[in-house]
Amino acid sequence: MTPGGGLQWTELSIFVVLFLLVTVLGFLAARWKAAASLDHLDEWGLGGRRFGAWVTWFLVGGDLYTAYTFVAVPALVFGAGALGFYALPYTVILYPIVFLPALRMWSVSRSHGYVTPADFVRGRFGSPTLALLIAITGIVATMPYIALQLAGLEAVLRTMGLNGSGIVGHLPLLIAFIILALYTYQSGLRAPALIAFVKDGLIYLVILVAVFYLPAKLGGWSHIFDMSAAKLAQPNPKTGKPAGSTLLTGTNQLQYVTLALGSALALFLYPHSLTGVLASRGRSVIKRNMMALPAYSFLLGLLALLGYVAIAAGVKPITNAATGNPDSNTVVPVLFDIQFPSWFAGIAFAAIGIGALVPAAIMSIAAANLWTRNIYKEYLRRGATPKQEATQAKIASLVVKFGAVAFILFIDPQFSIDLQLIGGVLILQTLPAVAISLYTRWLHRWGLIAGWIVGMGWGLIMLYNIPNPSTGRAHFGTSSMPLSTLSIFGWHPFPGVATQIYPGFVALVANLVIAVIVTVIARSMKVFNGVDETDGTDYHADEHDKDLRPIGVH
Amino acid sequence: MSGKAAGLRFSPWNLFLLIPLLMLVTPWFNFDKPRFLGLPFFYWFQFAFVFIGVASVAVVYVMTKGKSDKENQR
Repeated sequence: MTPGGGLQWTELSIFVVLFLLVTVLGFLAARWKAAASLDHLDEWGLGGRRFGAWVTWFLVGGDLYTAYTFVAVPALVFGAGALGFYALPYTVILYPIVFLPALRMWSVSRSHGYVTPADFVRGRFGSPTLALLIAITGIVATMPYIALQLAGLEAVLRTMGLNGSGIVGHLPLLIAFIILALYTYQSGLRAPALIAFVKDGLIYLVILVAVFYLPAKLGGWSHIFDMSAAKLAQPNPKTGKPAGSTLLTGTNQLQYVTLALGSALALFLYPHSLTGVLASRGRSVIKRNMMALPAYSFLLGLLALLGYVAIAAGVKPITNAATGNPDSNTVVPVLFDIQFPSWFAGIAFAAIGIGALVPAAIMSIAAANLWTRNIYKEYLRRGATPKQEATQAKIASLVVKFGAVAFILFIDPQFSIDLQLIGGVLILQTLPAVAISLYTRWLHRWGLIAGWIVGMGWGLIMLYNIPNPSTGRAHFGTSSMPLSTLSIFGWHPFPGVATQIYPGFVALVANLVIAVIVTVIARSMKVFNGVDETDGTDYHADEHDKDLRPIGVH
Repeated sequence: MSGKAAGLRFSPWNLFLLIPLLMLVTPWFNFDKPRFLGLPFFYWFQFAFVFIGVASVAVVYVMTKGKSDKENQR
């Protein structure tokens, strides 16, 4: 049967059965390790702050390695070759980098009852303005990420034959999302935590089978790489240049490195990653997870290689009937569809589909927490009780999810991909305020605000000016920028250099430079730097401390 | 606040966290040969670094464990 042709009944039935299973789990989750009441953000938004090592491993793993990652990384390798493999170094250096700051963030948040990164910034600098900037950055960066989870889910649905056009084409997606919205509303963070067990179990099963079975069927890895190298070396008819290569070239090595490093620095600044960390019981849970989470990185590396398998198997991406463009995100689903018996393809699609639900739920909870704590409580209703906060967050999580659905329904999915690209650059600009201030208050709050504005503005300008010749787009083409186009008020420091770099990284450097300059000025003028409500000992608090703040108090 | 450690608590063992960053020096491994199980060097070398990353974090976890626990439990 041709992928994208008619309905694939076997696949669809298995998908529906597994989807119903997690739906039941999602609703039952409200009773799992339940407290007296879910009417507190500690409970609804952070699962009671008592997840142990195993739950945290599944939750954070299910959160960071999303359906979109599983679909987009092989798609990137399929299209560009070695550059797409940046996902592996990115997720290996990630854990050593965040190991120490994540512990400090957990302790200080546990001591003061912080739920979001913006809560911490508010407490550290006594600045609602800076906290608002951090909260808005977090929400703006998270929204397209949720929309992309939907894009991943939709890629699977279309491969199974649910490829209608217009609004009917989006109906299955809409149904799946209403179900998700309802159990997240009811169970809070406990729902994705419980579902993550099913999701990750299925993903491990599918990927391990795929990386052993497919190469054996297609003539071995050596043959697959030789075929891919030949295919990628063929010139693109539109640009006249090769599409990619199986090794890095002279011009994209710096891009590979800065993209991996920039992405690693950005990941734990995303509010949803911090939600997973803050929900854990204690410091030792986080430490053990930083050791165990690279198991997912290994899996992601194997999955990236499926991009080459798809080249060797002659996969052609399905044309999205709603937009009329070939959707490269369907590469892996199509590969499974043509290479596996339909019952196994059904399990694989369920794994990707459920894989979209877990992060989408956590992200919407994180965005809802930001809205509630740093905008609603700060500016709209100062005296909100914990119960009102929880109610507000539940409603906000619905709004966020339907906002994401609207993105997919009414706007070209390409726009979500652009925003996701931008989101990574934006969230990276909160690094000085959120991560550096975990260690020192030397950077002045006005320096942080000034750095944020410059990093944000310049990052957006750089992304806007990057064209993509192979798709004929003039703006927001890719995340790689040739150094020759780097311009500081018209001054080009690297004229004629073809080496490429990740613009988010350049923007972060500018952000830090401005933050330092403004800090020096503000300090010499003795500008007030806000009141710090945190104490040195708060950054080392742990689960067994006797004077620890109680959880979920009203 | 009874005897809980304040400020920065730095152990030299933490320097082990820098080792995985060596993975960012791409000219060291941007080669096709030697292949392992058919995978070019570029790929299997980076897979091997997953284990180096885990080992580095494990060293820091184990070597700084007893000390901070004692300080925290009082």
